[in-house]
Amino acid sequence: MLYLNDVRKTFNPGTINEKKALCGVDLHLNPGDFVTVIGGNGAGKSTTLNAIAGVWPIDSGEIIIDGVNVGKLSEHQRAKYLGRVFQDPMLGTAAPMEIQENLAIAARRGERRTLRWSITRKEKEEFRELLKILDLGLEDRMTAKVGLLSGGQRQALTLLMASLKKPKILLLDEHTAALDPKTAAKVLEISDKLIAENNLTAMMVTHNMKDAIAHGNRLIMMHEGRIIFDVSGEEKKQLTVDALIRKFSETSGKEFSNDRALLN
Amino acid sequence: MESFLNYISSLPGAVAQGMIWGIMAIGVYITYKVLDIADLTVDGSICTGAAVCATMMTLGCSLTVSMICAFIAGMLSGLLTGVFHTFMGIPAILAGILTQLVLWSVNLKIMGLALDKSSAANLPLSARNFNTLVSMLDMNRSLIILEVICIVVIALLYWFFGTEYGSSLRATGANLNMSRAQGINTDLCKIFGLVLSNGIVAFAGALLAQYQGNSDINMGKGAIVIGLAAVIIGEALFGWLSRNNFALKLITVVLGGIVYFIVYSTVIYLGLDSNYLKMLSAIVVALFLAAPYWKKKYFTKPYAEKHKHKEKHTPSLPKEAE
Repeated sequence: MLYLNDVRKTFNPGTINEKKALCGVDLHLNPGDFVTVIGGNGAGKSTTLNAIAGVWPIDSGEIIIDGVNVGKLSEHQRAKYLGRVFQDPMLGTAAPMEIQENLAIAARRGERRTLRWSITRKEKEEFRELLKILDLGLEDRMTAKVGLLSGGQRQALTLLMASLKKPKILLLDEHTAALDPKTAAKVLEISDKLIAENNLTAMMVTHNMKDAIAHGNRLIMMHEGRIIFDVSGEEKKQLTVDALIRKFSETSGKEFSNDRALLN
Repeated sequence: MESFLNYISSLPGAVAQGMIWGIMAIGVYITYKVLDIADLTVDGSICTGAAVCATMMTLGCSLTVSMICAFIAGMLSGLLTGVFHTFMGIPAILAGILTQLVLWSVNLKIMGLALDKSSAANLPLSARNFNTLVSMLDMNRSLIILEVICIVVIALLYWFFGTEYGSSLRATGANLNMSRAQGINTDLCKIFGLVLSNGIVAFAGALLAQYQGNSDINMGKGAIVIGLAAVIIGEALFGWLSRNNFALKLITVVLGGIVYFIVYSTVIYLGLDSNYLKMLSAIVVALFLAAPYWKKKYFTKPYAEKHKHKEKHTPSLPKEAE
């Protein structure tokens, strides 16, 4: 479903702020894989997701989504294959537009936008049913502006929008990090549900090791722009936070440098 | 007493001017409110519309053809700003100023064509000699025609912004990240918005030239301020009426333009030196722009206090700080 072959990216090359963000990332995802991505600050987790999404061009390497080399495609062209949820709940939805208008825009991801009316009656019914899945009462507020919703509600809506037109890959970039623990748990639960129901291939970046272990069928750990650890199946199910931290110092030769991850 | 009667008799003119500038302000609304771009192209493109219309009519073209060409000329100036801004990466405000400067030369050249000179700063377009759509010489007819034009423009825009493409423009203005993630070509949307906006502004310019009976190189000076004033005054005075409906919002913009010119006439009646008018406009716009900011900063109740009684009934998701 997704191949990353030796993907490299350096920010501000040749300057004092030079940062080698990705130093040869190789990854292959099978259809239906739900991968959690962990690592310290600056390990390249979000950078990997942004490279896939095409936020900027990569320096070298190949990104192949469902057999298509997307290296030359711009961000909005790649959107056809991707569903994305950002860390900041404000980034995934358009605040001055209605809930149903946001969903209608998501329903046309990857399609030509024409001069037909932006939302059909049939769609409104479909959206109402979909919003019920979230269990947040949004199905009764379809014409409310998204700006009136809380961060958690907006993130849940973004998730629904990202999975509305079944994407080849769902990219979740620390999408619960800005929420309080209770809301984060709820949003994670919705993520699991949508991924399972639509049988999606997904990558989820997280700072929370427990979440990384509890969710998905595969876990990768990144360090200094490389993948240093990749487990799946039974082996992943047996993982513990302690084992992960031990694994980290073994492979990288360093202490796990992220207080936030340790505390969780 | 006599001057008061003069003042009263000047009011229909103020309304007509207000409607023309209201149409222009609708163009400003598209960039400033929908796309979230402060587009200074309009100072030039309103005159481009006027110059193209006046020149073509002087050269013997029909009213319809002249006005369509004025609209297209405005769209081209919007295209230039759009290319400066997206393709060349120039900040929107600067891109607009650059186009404005380009248009200064272009407008002089266009008007020169009519007089067979290399350039001209002014071109008459009197309703006495030409078959114009509106004119201050026939106020009743002008008012009715302008009303119809306003309604048609608003209806067309209401339809457009309700379509799939129109809502991708709204999304672009609201949230670039979201738009790109949903596969919207945000650069193209910005360009299209600028093209549409400046087309409307130039169309208003063509109307203005007919109404006041000439096209003048200076007629666009400070147009952005008048446009913003119309948008802001309309929102402040009639916002309660719009109820989040796009068409009603555009109507408030036109009403804002009318109020602006009534105030303008009143100020002149009260004997203010007309040299101060531009300064006064700028101050009024500055104050109106500051109003929502001040309101938020000094007059908003703390969030907790406002929602104290509601909090108990919120469903499973607690509200975060926004």
